[in-house]
Amino acid sequence: MPVSFSFAGESLQPLACGALWWPAQATLFVADLHFEKASHFARRGWLLPPHATADTIAALITAVETTGATRLVCLGDSFHDAAGPDRLSDAARRTLMTMIRDLDWWWITGNHDDDAAGRLGGRTMVEGRIGPLVLRHEADPGDPMPELSGHFHPKLVIRHRGRHIARRCFAHAPTKLILPAYGAFTGGLDIADPAIRTALAGPATALVVEAGKLLRFPVV
Amino acid sequence: MELPAAITNWFAQRGWRVRGHQRAMLDAAARGRHALLTAPTGAGKTLAGFLPTLAELAADPAEGLHTLYISPLKALAVDVQRNLLTPIAEMGLGIMVETRTGDTPAARKTRQKEVPPHILLTTPESLANLLSSPDAASMMAGVKRVIVDEIHAFGTTKRGDQLSLCLARLQRLAPDLQRVGLSATIADPEAWAGWLAPDADADLVEVVVAQGGADPAIDILVIDDRIPWGGHNGRWAARAVMRRIEAARLAIVFVNTRAVAELVFRDLWAENDHALPIGIHHGSLAPEARRKVEAAMAAGRLRAIVATASLDLGLDWGDVDLVIQMGAPKGASRLLQRTGRANHRMDEASRCLIVPGNRFEYLEALAARDAVEARELDPDGFRPGALDVLAQHVVGCAAAGPFFPDDLYDEVKSAAPYAGLTRSAFASVLGYAATGGYALKAYERYQRLVTQPDGRMRLRSAALARQWRMNSGTIVEAVTMNVVFGTGKPGRGGRKLGQVEEYFVSQLRVGDSFMFAGQVVEVTGFDGGDVHVRLGRGAPKVPSYMGGRMPMTTRLAARVRGLMNDRTRWAEMPPDVREWLAIQSRVSRLPGRDDVLVETFERDGRWYMVVYGFAGAAAHQTLGMLVTQRMERAGLKPMGFVASDYAMAAWSLDPVDDPQPLFDPTVLEDELAEWLAASPFLRRAFREVAIIGGLIERTQPGVHKSGKAMSVSADLIYDVLRRHEPDHLLLTAAWTDARGKLTDVARLAGLLEEAHARMSHVRASHVTPLAVPSLLTIGRERVGDSADATLLIEAEALIAEAMAVD
Repeated sequence: MPVSFSFAGESLQPLACGALWWPAQATLFVADLHFEKASHFARRGWLLPPHATADTIAALITAVETTGATRLVCLGDSFHDAAGPDRLSDAARRTLMTMIRDLDWWWITGNHDDDAAGRLGGRTMVEGRIGPLVLRHEADPGDPMPELSGHFHPKLVIRHRGRHIARRCFAHAPTKLILPAYGAFTGGLDIADPAIRTALAGPATALVVEAGKLLRFPVV
Repeated sequence: MELPAAITNWFAQRGWRVRGHQRAMLDAAARGRHALLTAPTGAGKTLAGFLPTLAELAADPAEGLHTLYISPLKALAVDVQRNLLTPIAEMGLGIMVETRTGDTPAARKTRQKEVPPHILLTTPESLANLLSSPDAASMMAGVKRVIVDEIHAFGTTKRGDQLSLCLARLQRLAPDLQRVGLSATIADPEAWAGWLAPDADADLVEVVVAQGGADPAIDILVIDDRIPWGGHNGRWAARAVMRRIEAARLAIVFVNTRAVAELVFRDLWAENDHALPIGIHHGSLAPEARRKVEAAMAAGRLRAIVATASLDLGLDWGDVDLVIQMGAPKGASRLLQRTGRANHRMDEASRCLIVPGNRFEYLEALAARDAVEARELDPDGFRPGALDVLAQHVVGCAAAGPFFPDDLYDEVKSAAPYAGLTRSAFASVLGYAATGGYALKAYERYQRLVTQPDGRMRLRSAALARQWRMNSGTIVEAVTMNVVFGTGKPGRGGRKLGQVEEYFVSQLRVGDSFMFAGQVVEVTGFDGGDVHVRLGRGAPKVPSYMGGRMPMTTRLAARVRGLMNDRTRWAEMPPDVREWLAIQSRVSRLPGRDDVLVETFERDGRWYMVVYGFAGAAAHQTLGMLVTQRMERAGLKPMGFVASDYAMAAWSLDPVDDPQPLFDPTVLEDELAEWLAASPFLRRAFREVAIIGGLIERTQPGVHKSGKAMSVSADLIYDVLRRHEPDHLLLTAAWTDARGKLTDVARLAGLLEEAHARMSHVRASHVTPLAVPSLLTIGRERVGDSADATLLIEAEALIAEAMAVD
């Protein structure tokens, strides 16, 4: 049962996996995939499990298949570093290039990877625009236009009945929507952190999809 | 061994004679034997360990490193000054002694490699770093002796594993090396000789037991014939404790956790009518704050110090004449070692006062006093060496130079904790160290260890050796944040008070107050890794520091049961404890010497089940989880449980008519696996093994990882590993740790077996006297609808309700 909310007059659907689905435009948004983060660490001697890229791609495939998206927009930091595409395993590269070929695939450049991902195909841009929405990697507090972005990896941290619960979340303000990080090895920043508050430029709500429900937590 | 005149004269000038155990240590050295000395405090233990070295160097002061001394403490200076440097100076021996710890300046470390002192005083961590250097082989080749002080503090820990591996390496570099262990009084010296010996061969070790030492005088505080029903840290007695401090020269007040240290410190100051100088010392305080207190104490400027185990080990405080133990002592060995802090003269009794927190703790105090009088100490739980520590050691060895895997395997097996290591287990550790040990081969290019054409393995780059040195060590602190006084950064208008766990900080909001460094502080803001505070007032929240909570030992538990069942002993107990036991035996029954008493009763519409397992808090905690899970499945609607060292109490909406099936030991493993996998225990254990095993970078103390994209949290790695590589070495290592340390599975299994064989079930008509201490602590633990998703939905409903305006 999909859940949706209204943003800039558009009906958007946040998915439990962390992607955002825009049915009217048949477009799927993801942010901060951080592909090949593990191998970036491995180069320096920290041999992290090499499964994160495959996990992230698998999640992407599921999201595309369940929504039927024809366009996919990656909101930056798709690779952990600019050399990341060269370290993809053969299998991961093949799968990714097939997806890029079959879809209208947009790479927004990020601070980690710049335009490196473009080497795999698809369209590369610093900023994009679909309908009323501006798409960029890092929110611009000075821009009054409705905007989708990533970069901050927002997560919700609450304490309830003696338990400490953290979840990736969408950070929602009147004209800004920040997506959670999609990558399997990406941590999060508390949505209450001043950095996110400043970026949102307005009263914020954390949106979490849990057990088929859309939960809203005002950020105080 | 003949003692040179310089040394015999020194003894003679003081009117001393070489004591029997000192002579025995000299003889062992002369015969080329390894040696283990156990001696009570004040017996001249450190000097006994060094005497053979002093004699040899006095006779032949050749250059080069002669003796390594390994201490569990970084703060070596005070103790060693008294026991080694002063005697050497007075004997007029030209022996060069230096220390090497994490605090030693780099220039001196380099110089020490070029011109080593005769005697080097160091810690296991610094020794491991030294051995990882390519110069280690030449520096260590001539070492004659290694002295491990306070060996009882090492054996059953990961630090002990690391030290044991380092000893094996040393023995290979210096085959004639004599190993010397120094220990406080321990239950089983033979077992420790095995731990110390090469190839765990205890026959190679001369065991020297120093006799004597006056019996300690242990007193239990009872005021007006009363002991409280609940509580567990003795805070009720602050006024009386203060009077005892006033009557003493210098007192150490030991508490069991850092949080309690803060509370007790405040309580004592509230009763400190004469404003005596009283200090506080625990592991969360900033090093400067700790050093200040240590210096004040050594200089005789303090009258009392409230301390946790951070002050527990080996420091020779000299003038302490009273040890006060707040709350239960938890073990006879621990009590004896703590009591030994008072009065470092062998011929005078050490004085100790135990302040029991409740009636069970009174019995425990009595039992511990009996055990110390009977010299029945607690045996140490030796266990196989940890694989994460071995993985770290293997990379350290590679940093020193290429090795043949077969040689290293033989060397590792000669370390007692790894004596049972199979070749295939070693191979998987080697594989993990080289490539990460994944079934998916992805990192050939990034291997840490590469095999040379000659079959030896070496480190891929020198950068990896530097990285290893930055991250080695087996002590992993919880993630912490700085507590900063004022609004500036530390050093820029802000003063750093110390550190608290991030987990605790996550519960705080601006305006909340908590106890820290003996004062109430109020949170004024957060900034990266800093919590800013100012002086606060009113009732504080208590810092919930982790660690330091030791379970009561098995032997002590048996003695507590014994006291309950021996009515002749009741006479010496305070009247209210007597009455408590007597009424219990009437309305229910007393726990027997080897049964498991289970009581069930109704109260206020809830059904309670109290299990008297005497298996320690960790095992009872796990039991509570297991039993309530089973109650849930049986449809009894469990609502929660509480656990102490003595008992576990669960409550539910429906009564437990037949407790027996709830304690069925047969399916334990599966259920436990399921629960552990989902619990924070395994995640916490995984973080530790991931750091020790070199999978993720160590967080430098007080440095907050702010770049959310820069680090990968142990939690995320844990999730991915569990999904893809369930048999990964580090998951196995985390599993072992979680079963042992955090959940005490072995004791739980024993308890279930006992419950299965010998359960006494009493259906009581109302709450029983023994159940009261447990029921008083209710309100902390909950079970039932505990899925995070449900909690999130509930939390949202709560917020919606609170925010509703119509």
